[in-house]
Amino acid sequence: MGKNLRQNGQTVLVVRHLSIQFTQYERGWRQKSFEMIRDLNLEVAAGELVAVVGSSGSGKSLLAHAVMGLLPYNAQWTGEMEYCGETLDEKRLKKLRGNEIALVPQSVSCLDPLMKVGEQVRMGRKDRESRACCRAALGRYGLGEDTENRYPFELSGGMARRVLISMAVQKQPRLLIADEPTPGLHAEAAKRVMGHFREIADEGTGVLLITHDLEQAIAVADRIVVFYAGTDLENVAAADFADENLLRHPYTRALYRAMPQNGLLTVPGTLPYEKQSRVTGKEVTG
Amino acid sequence: MRWVKKCVRMAVLVFLVSAAAFLLVSMSPLDPLTTNVGQTALGSMSQEQIEQLQAYWGVGVPPVKRFLSWAGDFLRGDMGISLLYRQPVAKVIWTKLANSLWLLSAAWLLSGLFGFLLGILAGIRRESAADRLITSYALLTASTPSFWLAMVFLMLFAIGLGWFPIGLSVPIGVEASGVTTADRIRHAFLPGLTLALTGISHIALHTREKMLEVMESEYVMFARARGESPGRIVLHHGIRNLILPGITLQFASISEIFGGSVLVEQVFSYPGLGQAAVTAGLGSDVPLLLGITVITAVIVFAGNLAADLLYEAVDPRIRRGRRQT
Repeated sequence: MGKNLRQNGQTVLVVRHLSIQFTQYERGWRQKSFEMIRDLNLEVAAGELVAVVGSSGSGKSLLAHAVMGLLPYNAQWTGEMEYCGETLDEKRLKKLRGNEIALVPQSVSCLDPLMKVGEQVRMGRKDRESRACCRAALGRYGLGEDTENRYPFELSGGMARRVLISMAVQKQPRLLIADEPTPGLHAEAAKRVMGHFREIADEGTGVLLITHDLEQAIAVADRIVVFYAGTDLENVAAADFADENLLRHPYTRALYRAMPQNGLLTVPGTLPYEKQSRVTGKEVTG
Repeated sequence: MRWVKKCVRMAVLVFLVSAAAFLLVSMSPLDPLTTNVGQTALGSMSQEQIEQLQAYWGVGVPPVKRFLSWAGDFLRGDMGISLLYRQPVAKVIWTKLANSLWLLSAAWLLSGLFGFLLGILAGIRRESAADRLITSYALLTASTPSFWLAMVFLMLFAIGLGWFPIGLSVPIGVEASGVTTADRIRHAFLPGLTLALTGISHIALHTREKMLEVMESEYVMFARARGESPGRIVLHHGIRNLILPGITLQFASISEIFGGSVLVEQVFSYPGLGQAAVTAGLGSDVPLLLGITVITAVIVFAGNLAADLLYEAVDPRIRRGRRQT
């Protein structure tokens, strides 16, 4: 699929030794901090679709927020992030956000509930060029003109997802980060959404897909980064999941065996951070 | 249909308020005849005159019947004769209300506008300098009794600095035709300012809370991810999502402005509805007191009704949601 592009594709995003710490006050005065992401490494090249797969609530959404520079105020990060060969800092991010780096967020609640869809896609601009651009972006995903006049609560789950994707791609970003783009969709719609990401990658955009659904990820991704307890356990080609012997880490193998066609075997165990992530609630897991 | 339902509910509420007020008054130890003509006059009256008076006040008639006849007259526009002013209650209320109305509406508009703006400024970033300043101010004024602030202003600006008159709504010793709008504004300024300043805190604190909620919402996070500037986020997402709760709160706060006006008008001897209510209460002017109670209730309920209807007209989720179902 996107393999040939990837070979001569330039590296768009490099994340090295990324750690994210949260500071929290326990009972009002005792400061407590814990790491949600620890020493995470990954790379995304132009035209490549990299899927970060991990269980729900393991903090993988934080990765998306860290790259976008949108971590909550009580989070600090260390490590290095590079975009197109240059360090990604706050100042650069400000310019790139929404233009070269785009985010497809998790849920419909990321749309302003009181603003019409068209207005949100155009970011309030009313000139002819923006209108045409908006029309093209929505039209690409089969959303008719009537969609522009709807409010978010009038969209179905699948439509909302397509609106969010069209918002992200309308400026033709070089890096697209999709944060759990399919929950709440039935299998057929989810597959279609995943197909859109493959298509975007094939056009030369580097796509970082964050998901908990290994099966879907294998179907469209070039590489799979197995995320567990805040770090990358294994970075494998998606094709390697065809054969268990090509997978090295026992957790990855366990994931493989848990897939329906491989026997649905589950291995008992809990995430070391589960207890803490529940303490911080939505902020961390969302 | 919903309109009708809401109006019916409002009518029921007004009925209940007037019934409760009537009940309280009839339970009070006031003797209607004594309050009407006074102890000495009553002693010198003939038996016939007393009977006439007793018939007018419905002495011996069961309270429910008395209430119904009063309410019937009230609906026809006859609210009785004020004992203190010796004029029809409707006329007294109308004059006082006209005096109060623009004082109250100016205070209401100003407190709403400034409270809303301050709330937005404070809510942009939690714990910012603006937030601390505005929140402290709001908490301070929220815990300041309006009559105390009124007295401070009176001492400072009217007596100390002499910028404003010390009371009344028009200059003393000037014919009604000679009173200018500037005169009226000068007289209404301090009471209006007091009401506006104490009214701000409520809407400011509420708007701040909502604004913080909006700024920490997922849609603002996403707007930032799309590269929208902070200014644009406040203007386009903030105000849009705040205006509805703001409107509702502001209409609901009409009652507070009315409540505050009772004390503030008293301090400034401003001849408005609030002062009339105090006078009627202290002077046992039952017809006027009941009239003011009912009229004020109607205005407050009308405010709430307006908020409800506006909300429905403005919020697309309610407006369009209904059309589809």
